[in-house]
Amino acid sequence: MTTLAKTGVRDTDLTAAELHAALERVWEPPSGFIGWFKNVFHKPISTRFIFAALGFFALGGVLALLMRLQLAMPENTLLSPDLYNQLFTVHGSTMMFLFAVPVMQAVGLYFVPLMVGTRNLAFPRLNTFGFFVYIIGGVLLWVALFLNIGPDTGWFSYVPLSGPEYSPGKRVDVWAQMITFTELSSLVAAVEIIVTVFKLRAPGMSLNRIPIFVWAQLVTSFMVIFAMPAVMLASAFLAMDRLVDTHFFNPAEGGDALLWQHLFWFFGHPEVYIIFIPATGIVSMLVQTFSRRPIVGYTAIVLSLIATAILGFGLWVHHMFATGLPQLGESFFTAASMLIAIPSGIQIFCWIATLWTGRLLVRTPLLFVAGFIFIFVLGGLTGVMQASVPIDLQVHDTFFVVAHFHYVLIGGAVFPLIGGLYYWFPKMTGRMMSESLGRVNFWIFFIGFNLTFFPMHQLGLAGMPRRVYTYLPQTGWGPLNFVSTIGAFVLSVAVIVFLLNAFVSYRTGALAGENPWGADSLDWSVPSPAPSYNFLYIPTVNSRTPLWTMEPAQPVVTGMRADILEVLVTELHDATPDHRHLLDGPSIWPFLTAVAFGIGVITAIFTAWGVTIGAVLCFITLAGWFWPAGQPIEDTAREAAPPLGERA
Amino acid sequence: MNLLERLQSLTERFAQSALETAGPQAERIAALWWLFFWVCTIIFVLVVAALVFALYRGRARSVEESSGPAVTLDSGREAGIHRKIFGLIVLTAIILFAFLLATEMTGRSLASLTSSGGVTIELTGYRWWWRARYLDPAPERIVVTANEIHIPVGKPVLINLYSRDVIHSLWVPELHGKRDLIPGHPNALWIQADRPGRYDGQCAEFCGQQHAHMRLIVIADPPDRFDAWLDAQRVTAQAPGDDTAKRGMEVFLTGSCALCHAIQGTDANGQVAPDLTHIASRATLAAGTLPNTPGHLAGWIVDPQHVKPGAAMPPNSLSAEDLQALLAYLKGLR
Repeated sequence: MTTLAKTGVRDTDLTAAELHAALERVWEPPSGFIGWFKNVFHKPISTRFIFAALGFFALGGVLALLMRLQLAMPENTLLSPDLYNQLFTVHGSTMMFLFAVPVMQAVGLYFVPLMVGTRNLAFPRLNTFGFFVYIIGGVLLWVALFLNIGPDTGWFSYVPLSGPEYSPGKRVDVWAQMITFTELSSLVAAVEIIVTVFKLRAPGMSLNRIPIFVWAQLVTSFMVIFAMPAVMLASAFLAMDRLVDTHFFNPAEGGDALLWQHLFWFFGHPEVYIIFIPATGIVSMLVQTFSRRPIVGYTAIVLSLIATAILGFGLWVHHMFATGLPQLGESFFTAASMLIAIPSGIQIFCWIATLWTGRLLVRTPLLFVAGFIFIFVLGGLTGVMQASVPIDLQVHDTFFVVAHFHYVLIGGAVFPLIGGLYYWFPKMTGRMMSESLGRVNFWIFFIGFNLTFFPMHQLGLAGMPRRVYTYLPQTGWGPLNFVSTIGAFVLSVAVIVFLLNAFVSYRTGALAGENPWGADSLDWSVPSPAPSYNFLYIPTVNSRTPLWTMEPAQPVVTGMRADILEVLVTELHDATPDHRHLLDGPSIWPFLTAVAFGIGVITAIFTAWGVTIGAVLCFITLAGWFWPAGQPIEDTAREAAPPLGERA
Repeated sequence: MNLLERLQSLTERFAQSALETAGPQAERIAALWWLFFWVCTIIFVLVVAALVFALYRGRARSVEESSGPAVTLDSGREAGIHRKIFGLIVLTAIILFAFLLATEMTGRSLASLTSSGGVTIELTGYRWWWRARYLDPAPERIVVTANEIHIPVGKPVLINLYSRDVIHSLWVPELHGKRDLIPGHPNALWIQADRPGRYDGQCAEFCGQQHAHMRLIVIADPPDRFDAWLDAQRVTAQAPGDDTAKRGMEVFLTGSCALCHAIQGTDANGQVAPDLTHIASRATLAAGTLPNTPGHLAGWIVDPQHVKPGAAMPPNSLSAEDLQALLAYLKGLR
């Protein structure tokens, strides 16, 4: 048996420059066209994820503009009802399944390894698989829309409307299978994040020192694992009702129309927290950085995230108050729905207290945080109103609800996301985004958003239901709808300004150093843009704000191999070094498996044989994926944890 | 005019507003709404004020990019902040509990509206119209109508809700909140109007292509007028008065109309479309979409797909003469 010191090339054998070159050789993504499909490194894959999600956001936004044009005036005939129904269904499905959840996970997949101090995600190939599955699902939905077989029963696709009798054709099948793709992708990302956070943290980063953004990603990932199976089950039942004549949802044959709603909302309500919790994680990071002090109430915030995640599963029925429930059931779900205001309240109070006692660096990301708090508090309060059954009976399924969830989703998630992109852009590209354009961007966004969505509260109270393609003039809804349409165009200008800023800054922005904002987390300890291997030496951590409390001679992990894809595995609780682990390298098989899965699921839209075809293809590609790759490298040596030491 | 009235007056331009109430239930919900509205508004203003002040205060002490942490933490001060946050959370919990109590009390009072021996209407949702049956122990006294229901002022009315196809939702905002019509799950809703008038509503659960045009009208009449209306509806259809109308009846019975529509007292007994026995007495056509005028009726008969694309009614190519005759006949069905 070889001794530890004699195996391979180790960082202790090399100077910093040599180590950089050695690590670059190993961690550099494969090049070329085929290499693009074989890439398994978290930063390039997450960048693609973010690009794709923003692309879907833009497409979904275009649909929203078309809908706003149609509703600008009563009895407008710009869009036919059939097209309008496809547009709002694809808009909702895109924003929820192809934008909001994936983009939050993508930011997590990018920054979690950087924040916990490791070199890649725990299962690199699985990550690539998840990305391609997501892309296939997204393309399926949008190609269907352009072929006029876009789903048209709404993003929650209630049965029996979406069942075989009332939605013949393939539209709903496209929707159901798109769900299967994106939820699988989401589950994959959740597993990645959980294992990366639990096992790949830098030494010293005990559970109570994990950055709040990482906590948020972790909590969200657990929610994904509990929530997504419910909707995959529901969509599979629906697909079977439609394809092979089962009767899960057919009341005439002993099925139940309400079963769908329970299954869907058991997923659907946690879904909004799956989008919102990572956003609050971004906000906590930004508040801390731009207040120049550790955040107030770290423990309270983390416990709030966990409480939100647990409570989030106990209030799905508040989407179903109008179906007629027993009084006791109503009371329970009202109480649960109101209770969730408490963890959100804790977070808001902690953020404001941090800003209050901080010394602020006022930059664009902080403006987005302020905008977020304004909008989210308003959206949260209208949420409390709807928790009350009598009020909900009036505003349910009206534009009041449309206003509410855009306040909590755009205000609660998109504002932090844009703020976060301004914040992390230097780390991703090496350049700062323009501050002056950023401020213009913020104010147009803030004003446009409120102009679009605030009038919808009033419209809902004035009796305007959701999902109507037009309305009669005597309803009096015309003027407010017109205002809202103008707002939507202002909002889209803000999105264009953002894209413009990103594009111009990418080419000509001021160069950012390692840590342009003076932030505290490990992602800011590496050069911008981050090198392919992330950290030259695996760092160690001595507090919740590691860069702010770093000792001059803060130890690093030494003795890691520089010639293979090695990462340090640490223990779950205290992140003490445990052993070294060899990660998988680039491979074409994850892509091929995603394609095989895609062929199976898409074929299943047309024939049940799709399941068989897909299973056979997946078997082949998975066999390729898991084919033993020769001799494992010195397993016994890698069992040992490397020592901590000085930088070379 | 105080602020409250001013805000309320903003809503009075709307034809079917949840805040311009006409019945005890909508009124109680609106009262609860205004409680929530004012408490939430105060909370919102306070939170935003705190945010703005925090930003203002923090900016006055602003720092440069290059600096690291710029605040030295004092444990006594931090503990003070924690205590204040804890206090705010307790306050939040108290407010939420008050909300819960108010919700509970309103919920109970909404459920308390019942009576026995009053009017019971069986309302069935179809894509995209409503069939209403006024129940009566004597089968011949049952009244069937569509898309327009009349109720007596000041009396609780029980509406039993069914759906024949997909999920719909009954919503007449000035009278009460929503209740879904779910296939396989019969539902019921009590409503009451306190003053006479016309109250518009529409389907609130997405039900397909013409969800937007599935409207329902509730007309609240003083009890004697209501009784008169109900008696009139019990009478079978009037026989056509003149030759044109007679010809129109023939068109109706021998053409495709009678396959789907019923007219009591004739051979027309179709059950998949609105009952037309007293169509001329109704205010609107096509489930509240068009005013009931001869011009609109003619347009609707000839090309319903123009008004409601996707509706079940097919276009009818009638000669001008037949169409006029049919209109004359239908006009007589009071």
